[in-house]
Amino acid sequence: MIDVKDIIKPENLVFKKSKVLTDTPMHYCPGCSHGVVHNLIAEVIEEMEIQETTIGVAPVGCSVFAYNYIDIDWHEAAHGRAPAVATGIKRLMPDKFVFTYQGDGDLAAIGTAETIHACNRGENITIVFINNGIYGMTGGQMAPTTLEGMVASTCPSGRDHARDGYPIKMSDLVAQLPGTCYVTRQAVHTAGAVRKAKKAIRKAFENQKRKKGVSLVEVVSTCNSGWKMSPVDANNWMAENMFPFYPLGDLKDE
Amino acid sequence: MKGNEAIAEAAIRYGVDGYFGYPITPQSEVMETLMAMRPWETTGMVVLQAESEVASINMLYGGAGSGKRVMTSSSSPGISLMQEGISYIAGAELPCVIVNVVRGGPGLGTIQPSQSDYFQAVKGGGHGDYKLIVLAPSSVQEMADFVGLAFDLAFKYRNPAMILSDGVIGQMMEKVELDEYRPRWTDEEIIEKNPWAATGKKPVRGQNIMTSLHIQAVDQENVNRRLQAKYKEMQEKEVRYETFMCDDAEYLIVAFGSAARISKKSVELAREKGIKVGLLRPITLFPFPYKEIGSYADQIKGILVPEMNAGQMIEDVKLAVNGKVDVEHYGRMGGMIFSPDEVENALEELIIGG
Amino acid sequence: MGKVRGAIVVDIERCKGCGLCVVACPTDTIVLADEVNGKGYHYAKMGNPEACTGCTNCAMVCPDSCITVYRLKPEKSK
Repeated sequence: MIDVKDIIKPENLVFKKSKVLTDTPMHYCPGCSHGVVHNLIAEVIEEMEIQETTIGVAPVGCSVFAYNYIDIDWHEAAHGRAPAVATGIKRLMPDKFVFTYQGDGDLAAIGTAETIHACNRGENITIVFINNGIYGMTGGQMAPTTLEGMVASTCPSGRDHARDGYPIKMSDLVAQLPGTCYVTRQAVHTAGAVRKAKKAIRKAFENQKRKKGVSLVEVVSTCNSGWKMSPVDANNWMAENMFPFYPLGDLKDE
Repeated sequence: MKGNEAIAEAAIRYGVDGYFGYPITPQSEVMETLMAMRPWETTGMVVLQAESEVASINMLYGGAGSGKRVMTSSSSPGISLMQEGISYIAGAELPCVIVNVVRGGPGLGTIQPSQSDYFQAVKGGGHGDYKLIVLAPSSVQEMADFVGLAFDLAFKYRNPAMILSDGVIGQMMEKVELDEYRPRWTDEEIIEKNPWAATGKKPVRGQNIMTSLHIQAVDQENVNRRLQAKYKEMQEKEVRYETFMCDDAEYLIVAFGSAARISKKSVELAREKGIKVGLLRPITLFPFPYKEIGSYADQIKGILVPEMNAGQMIEDVKLAVNGKVDVEHYGRMGGMIFSPDEVENALEELIIGG
Repeated sequence: MGKVRGAIVVDIERCKGCGLCVVACPTDTIVLADEVNGKGYHYAKMGNPEACTGCTNCAMVCPDSCITVYRLKPEKSK
């Protein structure tokens, strides 16, 4: 028999935490999708060797502290304003890799105008959009992407379109704009999905070299605390309920 | 040239890296002039029309955090929209220049000149304890000159600076002497001069993070203490003002911007009548010349503060003399401009007669 | 047996015991420990180390990047 100690040797290493992630433990709830996506971005930055030339723009929401975890230079934007901040950075430093990391409240509610106009101008930036259908940080309120019938603290009997309007598909919206070159919807609930999501994020960063406009990667995610489920149940609920309305796959790839 | 055009010309010549704006009367000539001059082909300056003032101030935030010289211009309602971003920029301690060509308010107001944004400019404007450096030009020449001065002060203190103008100065045409063209900072110069900027993390330093978020109250208080210390230093070192016929004055007019320009003529009219009056014009509205105005308190019998508003700067003048002298306000509002005669009459009625 | 052998090392203090790795593991290698870490979480560990193939699925879905994976090269795993 081979002892475990004989396997755990540097020459046998096949996966470890990205060097671009800091050692700071993440403040996210157990099982939160943010951590997986953070690691994917860090891995892409590490593999592309762009740690010294990447500027991140953090949002307001749970991922407000993204800058504590990914070891690059950052701007902390006001709620929803990340695409405008990223525009300022990229226009003045066109050779840098600039990305925003935004939740659904940030990107699809308070920052809708900034999102659509950055996309419409064709800014050469990457937008990573975490869509979990809820406001996590403020305690589980209804988001613009909350599904009809889905319960949140400000729609305790479920989202009713007569009162609350309909869930908004931002990726479908911006895919219509000539300023976007790559719009895709991904998830990180299984290892297979994580591999695909990483490829998408990599492509979205590579696209900045081609200067063809905005690349947006939506990650349909869970908020198990906000949804009041276990992490495993939240993943299952997402697959059953979110994916039919927010189907995974590329919406645009030019 | 017009005051608004002078701003644009001066910005290009000073080596400004980026202008982000949104059209609004009475200052749209700033961006129009920049777009017509095509500085991206000469100095490399970026000029971008944003989708809103909210977006343009946040583009400024991104540009300022990159260590670049960035500016915007707008008028009162647009500046109100920018307050969120200005507060973030002040909180993150980033330098930038914001030009407010003030028009009458509140609300959509008028498009005619006003000085009714004094409070908003000098008392913070957005949320939280912060101050802008505020410069008040009273001529087209100063519109041009204050662009460079505002940038110098903004970078010296890592603080947003505002040029508080109004539709009179913005639309007025005067002869202007412009500075020579100077090159924009190179990437190397920016890293050297602004080591705090988010220019890409290098192995020699830790992360540079542009943020105004300090979740621990004690950390936030420490930031507030540092900000207050900075404002105090500005108050000690950066007060700028101009006096006109103040040496033998028995009465004082304190006015800023276009009101000061008009009041200068009022002083001459009063002097012709034998009234010994002088004009003190604060050039920096923050830091305000409290001490300098206060130093006249024992010499004079009264102060008139003519403003194109309902009485805003008068509060600071009263603080400056601390009750030692009678201070009265004379104002027109809503875009109405007073004449030198009106101000001179007000001096006789409210100060000398009163 | 030509079976590929692997092993994982869990950074116990970073682990929040969310259990996503347990579900992601195709060979039922991982369990949540009965013991808790310094933060009170039942951390992940290899309950059945013989079964690990070093596929990295657990590490990929781990939100806290606390799993390091090792795998023996096939020729060594005879």
